[in-house]
Amino acid sequence: MKVLVPVKRVIDYNIKPRVKADGTGVETAGVKMSMNPFDEIAVEEAVRLKEKGVVSEIIAVSIGEAKAQDTLRTAMAMGADRSILVETDVVTEPLAVAKVLKALVEKEKPELIILGKQAIDDDMNATGQMLAGLLDCPQATFASKVEVADGAVTVTREIDGGSQTVKLALPAIITADLRLNEPRYASLPNIMKARKKPMEKITPADLGVDMTPRLSVISVSEPPERKAGVKLDSAAELVSRLRNEAKVI
Amino acid sequence: MSETPRETMEFDVVIVGGGPSGLAAAIRLRQIAPDATVCLIEKGSEIGAHILSGAVIEPRALAELLPHWHEEGAPLNTPVTEEQMLYLTENGGIEIPLLDRVMPHMRNHGNYIVSLGDLCRWLAGRAEELGVEIYPGFAGAEVLVDDSGRVAGVATGDMGVGRDGEPTGNYAPGMELRAKYTLFAEGCRGSLTKQVMAMYNLRQGVDPQTYGLGIKELWEIPKEMHRPGLIQHSFGWPLDDRTYGGAWMYHFGDNLVSYGFVVGLDYPNTWLSPFDEMQRVKLHPSFRPYFEGARRIAYGARALSEGGIQSIPRLTFPGGALIGDTAGFLNVPKIKGTHTAMKSGMLAAEAVGEALATSRVEPGSYTRRIKDSWLWDELRTVRNIRPAFAKFGMKGGALYAGIDAMLLRGRAPWTLHTRHADNEVLEPASVSPKIDYPKPDGKITFDRLSSVFLSATNHEEDQPVHLKVRNMSLWKTVNWDVFRAPESRYCPAGVYEVADEATDPHLQINAQNCVHCKTCDIKDPAQNIDWATPEGAGGPNYPGGM
Repeated sequence: MKVLVPVKRVIDYNIKPRVKADGTGVETAGVKMSMNPFDEIAVEEAVRLKEKGVVSEIIAVSIGEAKAQDTLRTAMAMGADRSILVETDVVTEPLAVAKVLKALVEKEKPELIILGKQAIDDDMNATGQMLAGLLDCPQATFASKVEVADGAVTVTREIDGGSQTVKLALPAIITADLRLNEPRYASLPNIMKARKKPMEKITPADLGVDMTPRLSVISVSEPPERKAGVKLDSAAELVSRLRNEAKVI
Repeated sequence: MSETPRETMEFDVVIVGGGPSGLAAAIRLRQIAPDATVCLIEKGSEIGAHILSGAVIEPRALAELLPHWHEEGAPLNTPVTEEQMLYLTENGGIEIPLLDRVMPHMRNHGNYIVSLGDLCRWLAGRAEELGVEIYPGFAGAEVLVDDSGRVAGVATGDMGVGRDGEPTGNYAPGMELRAKYTLFAEGCRGSLTKQVMAMYNLRQGVDPQTYGLGIKELWEIPKEMHRPGLIQHSFGWPLDDRTYGGAWMYHFGDNLVSYGFVVGLDYPNTWLSPFDEMQRVKLHPSFRPYFEGARRIAYGARALSEGGIQSIPRLTFPGGALIGDTAGFLNVPKIKGTHTAMKSGMLAAEAVGEALATSRVEPGSYTRRIKDSWLWDELRTVRNIRPAFAKFGMKGGALYAGIDAMLLRGRAPWTLHTRHADNEVLEPASVSPKIDYPKPDGKITFDRLSSVFLSATNHEEDQPVHLKVRNMSLWKTVNWDVFRAPESRYCPAGVYEVADEATDPHLQINAQNCVHCKTCDIKDPAQNIDWATPEGAGGPNYPGGM
């Protein structure tokens, strides 16, 4: 069974993003980038399925600028067998990404597509769902457990107030949530070996996809600064201030 | 620990550290020996992540390494156009006149204000084009020595070791990177260099190394205040005459200002806090106007070597060499070490190239190449200036520096020496005058924690503490009883805190905050703290522009 795992290059989760002085976006020049953490979980899940003998080949794909090949190398160091870079300099929006992925699914015919539930840069949480719509195939979002057996996949999903277990026919789309697994390190020997794994480079045009953005960003600003807290002397004072000043009780 | 065997990979040359010296060595090696396999490891999460410098650089070595650096787009974009040396008093200051005659080393015509991190990122791109294998995120944790006593490479640290020292579910053993020649390019006070120096007795017969601590902030200032090309340095207030140091401020790039402060780590007053000195100088009328309405973007700190040629150890040993600031090639009066670091890396690469061809055990011609180069002449000429400040104090030192430059022209028939290591000169708390630092205002001046936040420092939480106190009872009797915990003041990242001060004082180590400046390893009075490499990719993540 083939698995396709899309991975996105984003500002590293340790970095505090800095809004550009002119408010047109977030500064990315010289900023440390790495693989979207939810995508790491997706890669890890695919690798674990391969280790269990369920999966035979893992293809990592990234859509973005040339440097996204670093992210693909990381995916291959973690265990992906080969990768595809769909190179574009335009801002990647979920619908355009889903269209690119649809074209790749039709070409590669994977039975499982595992994505991160969302990217930590734009927090859209849309690509997996859009891809399922475009392919008209079953989807299980926010997965915290995945089991493949007898031509179907059983997924436990994180939902408000608990969890839900669903069974999907293949091919299917899964989006990974935080509790699915803890991704492994890309070890140095595996990073060295990943340099020799194949990476195919194509463009959206090769797949017949127009990635021109449909959204326009009006302005980007820093969140308002949080006011410092105050220490109160008693619970009674807290109640009184919540009632009279904050007017929340 | 675990019995999992380590994987091994063989290279002709392994370089430990992706700063200017390591990258210059890697590039030079592939230029002169295109078939040599060269592997470079860097403990930062990416090249540039741990690079911190002012920086005004002299492009001499770069031009020798990559003559077409300008056409190839090296990020040297702001030439120095104007410079000032300020002597500060508490509320005022005077500009030193005739600067280029009194302090000829400060002549910056033809130099550039850069982000050294950005320059290293660019150099790494050139090195990779030449076929150097670069692996950021992996720290050299162990020196490999073969049966004949020759350094045979390094091993990277194990990943996924828990706080208790036991492997976690994510354990991945380190890897042995074996090499015919290993170049240590760890920067000032390298942790493996320290071991190699002890193993081969490399410091025998040379002066102790003396250091400085540089603390830096990157600011974005209002356009109308920005004067690209302006560099300012200060000395005097707020440091006393026995303490070497001063501030810098460089205007460069897109409304960016690099501001920072260096304190010589041979300071005697245990109450001194380099971090707070750095903060309060921003409030001086010479600097304050630039910070009004400005935004602080990044923060970091790093120790630097100030001993000069008197403190440079033997540079080679069987199987390798020391390059860059881990050997100590900084030119102190010039306040520059990038060009010398790069030059030393290039010369070591040439010596290693020769040794590879002739299968020599030690790349011994490196030392001769250094002594025959402009690098040695340059450092020899300025050799007495920093020791003069240590000997005669700030004012006397400045006077000596003027005489040395104008009358002796660096050719004094004598050489001044550094007699004591920096940890030996700290004076007890009881005899040191206390210093009253102003509280941070949250606009121009800040506390340590909000500062460390801007260094984007991160360490995997579940790992052994990488700051190793050899003997905790010694901390109580020496650091606390005599010096009142100087580490809580000199550490620019708030790693060291004294808990339960009134009842049962003990040391609390917040290793996660560590910005890898190495000051504790240098200044701890009893040399009781060892800085070891944490899990790879840990530490600061300095952004572009830093």
